[in-house]
Amino acid sequence: MPCAFSFSCTCCSIRFILIQNRAGKTRLAKWYMQFDDDEKQKLIEEVHAVVTVRDAKHTNFVEFRNFKIIYRRYAGLYFCICVDVTDNNLAYLEGIHNFVEVLNEYFHNVCELDLVFNFYKVYTVVDEMFLAGEIRETSQTKVLKQLLMLQSLE
Amino acid sequence: MPAVSKGDGMRGLAVFISDIRNCKSKEAEIKRINKELANIRSKFKGDKALDGYSKKKYVCKLLFIFLLGHDIDFGHMEAVNLLSSNKYTEKQIGYLFISVLVNSNSELIRLINNAIKNDLSSRNPTFMCLALHCIANVGSREMAEAFAGEIPRILVAGDTMDSVKQSAALCLLRLYKASPDLVLMGEWTSRVVHLLNDQHMGVVTAAISLITCLSSKNPDEFKTCVSLAVSRLSRIVSSASTDLQDYTYYFVPAPWLSCKLLRLLQCYPPPEDGAVKGRLVECLETILNKAQEPPKSKKVQHSNAKNAILFEAISLIIHYDSEPNLLVRACNQLGQFLQHRETNLRYLALESMCTLASSEFSHEAVKTHIETVINALKTERDVSVRQRAADLLYAMCDRSNAKQIVAEMLSYLETADYSIREEMVLKVAILAEKYAVDYSWYVDTILNLIRIAGDYVSEEVWYRVIQIVINRDDVQGYAAKTVFEALQAPACHENMVKVGGYILGEFGNLIAGDPRSSPLVQFNLLHSKFHLCSVPTRALLLSAYIKFINLFPETKATIQEVLRSDSQIRNSDVELQQRAVEYLKLSSIASTDVLATVLEEMPPFPERESSILAKLKKKKGPGAVSVELEDGKERGELNGGGDRAGDAAIAASNASTPSPSADLLGLRSAAPVSGATPSAGSLLVDVFSEAGPAATSAGVNDDGFLSSAPPTAASEDPAPPLPESDELLNKFVCKNNGVLFENQLLQIGIKSEYRQNLGRMYLFYGNKTSVQFVSFNTTVSCPGELQSQLNVQTKTVEPLVEGGAQVQQVINIECLTDFIDAPLLNIKFRYGGALQNISLKLPVTINKFFQPTEMAAADFFQRWKQLSQPQQEAQKIFKASHGMDTEVLKAKLLGLGTALLENVDPNPENYVCAGVIQTKAQQVGCLLRLEPNAQAQMYRLTLRSSKDTVSQRVCDLLAEQF
Repeated sequence: MPCAFSFSCTCCSIRFILIQNRAGKTRLAKWYMQFDDDEKQKLIEEVHAVVTVRDAKHTNFVEFRNFKIIYRRYAGLYFCICVDVTDNNLAYLEGIHNFVEVLNEYFHNVCELDLVFNFYKVYTVVDEMFLAGEIRETSQTKVLKQLLMLQSLE
Repeated sequence: MPAVSKGDGMRGLAVFISDIRNCKSKEAEIKRINKELANIRSKFKGDKALDGYSKKKYVCKLLFIFLLGHDIDFGHMEAVNLLSSNKYTEKQIGYLFISVLVNSNSELIRLINNAIKNDLSSRNPTFMCLALHCIANVGSREMAEAFAGEIPRILVAGDTMDSVKQSAALCLLRLYKASPDLVLMGEWTSRVVHLLNDQHMGVVTAAISLITCLSSKNPDEFKTCVSLAVSRLSRIVSSASTDLQDYTYYFVPAPWLSCKLLRLLQCYPPPEDGAVKGRLVECLETILNKAQEPPKSKKVQHSNAKNAILFEAISLIIHYDSEPNLLVRACNQLGQFLQHRETNLRYLALESMCTLASSEFSHEAVKTHIETVINALKTERDVSVRQRAADLLYAMCDRSNAKQIVAEMLSYLETADYSIREEMVLKVAILAEKYAVDYSWYVDTILNLIRIAGDYVSEEVWYRVIQIVINRDDVQGYAAKTVFEALQAPACHENMVKVGGYILGEFGNLIAGDPRSSPLVQFNLLHSKFHLCSVPTRALLLSAYIKFINLFPETKATIQEVLRSDSQIRNSDVELQQRAVEYLKLSSIASTDVLATVLEEMPPFPERESSILAKLKKKKGPGAVSVELEDGKERGELNGGGDRAGDAAIAASNASTPSPSADLLGLRSAAPVSGATPSAGSLLVDVFSEAGPAATSAGVNDDGFLSSAPPTAASEDPAPPLPESDELLNKFVCKNNGVLFENQLLQIGIKSEYRQNLGRMYLFYGNKTSVQFVSFNTTVSCPGELQSQLNVQTKTVEPLVEGGAQVQQVINIECLTDFIDAPLLNIKFRYGGALQNISLKLPVTINKFFQPTEMAAADFFQRWKQLSQPQQEAQKIFKASHGMDTEVLKAKLLGLGTALLENVDPNPENYVCAGVIQTKAQQVGCLLRLEPNAQAQMYRLTLRSSKDTVSQRVCDLLAEQF
């Protein structure tokens, strides 16, 4: 597997995206590398431990194993993206915000419960914006247009 | 409860989720889930065909249950059925289920690939995207085989919709990363590169990730992308903030695409074409200019997006490292950020400046910010920012500011966060050595380091100060005086005692002329610390004492008295006792000449790379240490120094210290193997790390089956299995857990469990050294006909195993039919440059697939008679090679996996067992009878089974056990 959780793959950007609440409940976990289930659980717990102890005066970046987590807190939810240490911090930080704005628009003032009850739609939103660990589409207008079109196919 | 959006209802799902959320306890939740699972199972099994909607709903519920963390073992087929639905929502749930619960079940993969193939050729962009996303999410080899040829076609076809192109580009990227051999770009290269010109910015955004990856692997084939990327970037950078409409983010035109373009350019050197280069420089200047313009919005999103581009541009400028003007401008810009109110920006500026510091063009410019950086080190609240400040200080350090920086780092150490102290200590030690003009400053600095952060001063650091003092005679007197003074402190760190003991033992004579530090005063001072120290330090002090006897004959009587005391000569620690005895004897019988020769001053150390630097590199990963020791002349080395009177003795004792191998097995999680090099012995042995295995030559082995050579085979081919591997296989016939293998470098622990014809084995590879293993790679192979008898699947392990760390590998085994040979495990890695290549037999034996069978005496005999054909029986009569203790025998027979049947054999001394060997092809019933003869110390073992090969194999295996 060339994409092991290691230095070897230099052109992999996002390793995973996690949305967790403060209690550590996962609201979305999107993996862009192969992990087995135990490893995933471990990563989820580690990320939670690393991120929740930081306060607002801290940076939005934190070193994590051989990678870094770019994260941002929205109300009770932490949106975390794990990327290579050489990746552009601010681009991913705004990538998160862009994603959150799309969710907000799509779910009309998104709240945590929207993500719970519509978990299967959240995956669609993610795939529209991030694919194969890369940014796929950044235009909110385009993403929302596509999502509304899909919605109409119900 | 939020409104579930109208169209797709799935009320049942919403109700179920609500129910789960309302569960008061974990038990209630599990109960509710089990009820739901039963319901879904009955629906799926029911006679009534389910409509698409119900199927979608149930599959979605299963998915939800899985995401809650429960196992799902059915529903895959229904999910696959959904893939061929014509309704988007049904298809989507089907694909989602497949993507999340990737299952390598071969029959399903074929069905899934079929559905994907249909959707890809459907010309329906929505379906095509779903299929592409599924491939991108799963990215398995089977999918690459099926679609790697098709997707480039979709990507470049003129009539493909933009959104499909976006997905196709990234889907291809995923396949390329997973199976580069299957993705052949040849004929598509130029058309893919030209996607950079696509009108649709989203297509460019997606395609550029693919192009960047391909360029980094095949720069020549893709080099035409440079000029295209520059012109695209130029168009974006020069556009007004509203030109790009959809792609303008908080008044910043296409920030993500700009970053990706700048990153693509970092795969290449500066453009050779003057016009292209001019255009690019213009872009970079524009980006730097924009940073100075007043912001178009107060929102942090605006400044973040703008600065994301700026930092990426600075990365490119640093990558080129050829434009002094741009480098200095970048540095000034970062300098402004150093005092920005946003912590993020301060952090990123420190980080980015660190790389600027290593460029000759901007090094001086970076240095002008020293005060700000020092201030950051003192005042930043976030430890990661302080860490960056420390990194930057280290990077900007040169002869002109070394004293200031080292002083600041030392004073910061007193309050530094624990997590970064060790690294700080290493950095201070390196800078102090590198920029030492007078070595008394160096000695002072290191002793200060020990005083302030003694616990974090690793062995490398204090070894190093000793190396340098020994190699530079102009500093020896000063060093002796300084350590003598430092030792006066009532409480001093043990590392200080070590350095003090060593230096006074060597150079105490240089200060002995002063009555305040006369030989006896020195000795008494050292000895006053003795009792509070650990064993290795005491051992070192004893060596210092014997050196004192040589340096100062007047101390002989006093020291002999000390050596002779019960607490030394009868010390419970073997090492101390041995030293005391040997030194006492040496001092009493050797002539002064002999003594002077044996205890002569240490010769200078040969020069090699600083062991501290090596340690820092190891901590930070290769490439992270930008400062190299430049002046070879000035440094001495401890490395490689062979014999040191007492220390060779330590090395010897180290080698015979048993390793804590028992620890290995207790760990389920990958906890690091504790102290691979036993601390008692690490005094000076560790420094010889380059000497590698040879330094600790007397290999450690608990089980005696590996007393032979360390694996030094240099070939890349898997080594032939070790001669011991059969013996080792036998060790595991009746047990599932234990240490499979151990040498000086590596320990392999094993845990395994078997059910029916399936087994799972966990291998734990423990790095016993303090140096990382690289290119660590393990393969399991089934030689010859075993290939068709066992199905063995392994998960790859990470190629890096840190010193002292342990990695785990899971191996899944399926027994297809009965077998004789064992799978081979080959382990290859590089340790200090040398390839290690070890092959072992994996202890998978046929008996692991036994299911015990209980039966009454009558049954047993009836079956025994049924198996009366001569080839069905195997028998061995052999001599006992172990004790014939009943309990041990019983335990072994149970360990074999069979049921031990009581009251069957009329002779109570005999044992009979029964079991069924489970293979995929068939079940083989097996009966066993073991008749011990205690008087003759012999056994007769008889096996009967429905298959001759099985009888023989089990008989052979078991005969080795008693």
